[in-house]
Amino acid sequence: MPKTHISTQINGDSYEFLCNTQQTLLDVLRQELDLKGSKEGCATGDCGACSVMMDDRLVCACLVLGAEADGKKIETVEGLSSGSSLDPLQQKFIDLAALQCGICTPGVLVAARALLEKNKSPSEEEVRFWLAGNLCRCTGYDKIVRAVLEVAAEARNA
Amino acid sequence: MDYVTPTTAMEASKALAQDGAFALAGGTDLLVKLKTKFVSPSVIVDIKQVPKIMSIENSTDGWWIGAAVPCAEISEHESLRQDWPGLVESLSLIGSTQIQGRATLGGNLCNASPAADSVPALIAAYGTCIISGQSGDREEPIENIVTSPGVTVLEKGEFILGFKLPKPESGTGDAYLRLIPRSEMDIAIVGAGTSVSVDKDKKITSIRVALGAIAPTQIILDGLEDLFIGKEPNENSINKLISIAESACRPIKDKRGTVEYRTKIAGVLAKRTLTIAYKRAINH
Repeated sequence: MPKTHISTQINGDSYEFLCNTQQTLLDVLRQELDLKGSKEGCATGDCGACSVMMDDRLVCACLVLGAEADGKKIETVEGLSSGSSLDPLQQKFIDLAALQCGICTPGVLVAARALLEKNKSPSEEEVRFWLAGNLCRCTGYDKIVRAVLEVAAEARNA
Repeated sequence: MDYVTPTTAMEASKALAQDGAFALAGGTDLLVKLKTKFVSPSVIVDIKQVPKIMSIENSTDGWWIGAAVPCAEISEHESLRQDWPGLVESLSLIGSTQIQGRATLGGNLCNASPAADSVPALIAAYGTCIISGQSGDREEPIENIVTSPGVTVLEKGEFILGFKLPKPESGTGDAYLRLIPRSEMDIAIVGAGTSVSVDKDKKITSIRVALGAIAPTQIILDGLEDLFIGKEPNENSINKLISIAESACRPIKDKRGTVEYRTKIAGVLAKRTLTIAYKRAINH
């Protein structure tokens, strides 16, 4: 089985790994690099639990081959906090109980962070459309949407 | 399964000519087919390093949109949106934000779904595509590519390098609308792409309406010139447009809609896209 040698940057650190063609970026993150924050829900791009940033674009890691990560900049949920200080979105999700089982949460956080980098004051509708590819079967979405809107408002007032 | 990243169109064509080779652009269809074992390639040819395939260019000849540019990047292109707003709206409807980060026009066309959102809009905008192969490049109108669901005219070793759209004459507008059962992230029951150009008296000088999801391939409506050219749209011509759209329909029935519903909606969306495109044309 031919393996491809990949050099990439993940959350600011350089990584090198060998991967089989059929391994997705999500497989590589979880199985080879022990970065298990990104979750596998559907593995077909429908649920968003594996959302990561690749060269500043939000993508599903299950729909990217590991080999495609060569030379790319990847950011995962593990990169959101610095040391013990949480990203404001992470803290707000805790404060507002915007999660229950937690499987969708890493993908939602990465996607919501991407939205707030692009749009400092999204409307509720914009938040809901942006996060339409992140399925949550617990919260009913209201707490998630409220958390994202509050973080945006607090960042604007800071 | 091998993985190769050719850096020229010729290398890509040669790699794609091998038995069991599949082209990879954004991967939003191919990786799902791999996962579900719908396909088992011997080699995956990642075509994203081929020159021009990842670029958007605006020249006096018109627009170039590389076949592998992600939809999210195309939607951020403000001057393209000003020239062909309907096309940009159509491709923005494909999948979620995450899918938009990867999905491409080349993939949407070559996946050859009757319900592909960008295809009616590309046809309405008089788009063509450049097909690269081992014997060089050829240009084909978009409506000639898909022959039946999942099947295209592309031959072994061929792939789409990119799309060409004319620079719209002043007084041109386009529009795309689709109906889905949900509010987001679903497959079209009907999609309609329309472009019109008008003269300074607001009379129509050209019109094209393409429908998706109502037949095995996208359909360009016939007989619109006689109805609309040299005139402003009126109740009579719009009612005739609706019946032309309805009679062009040969849809499937599935959980998303019955034959009757799809047929009815085709007329409604033809009318609505004409109304939007005409309004855009007189303000362009």
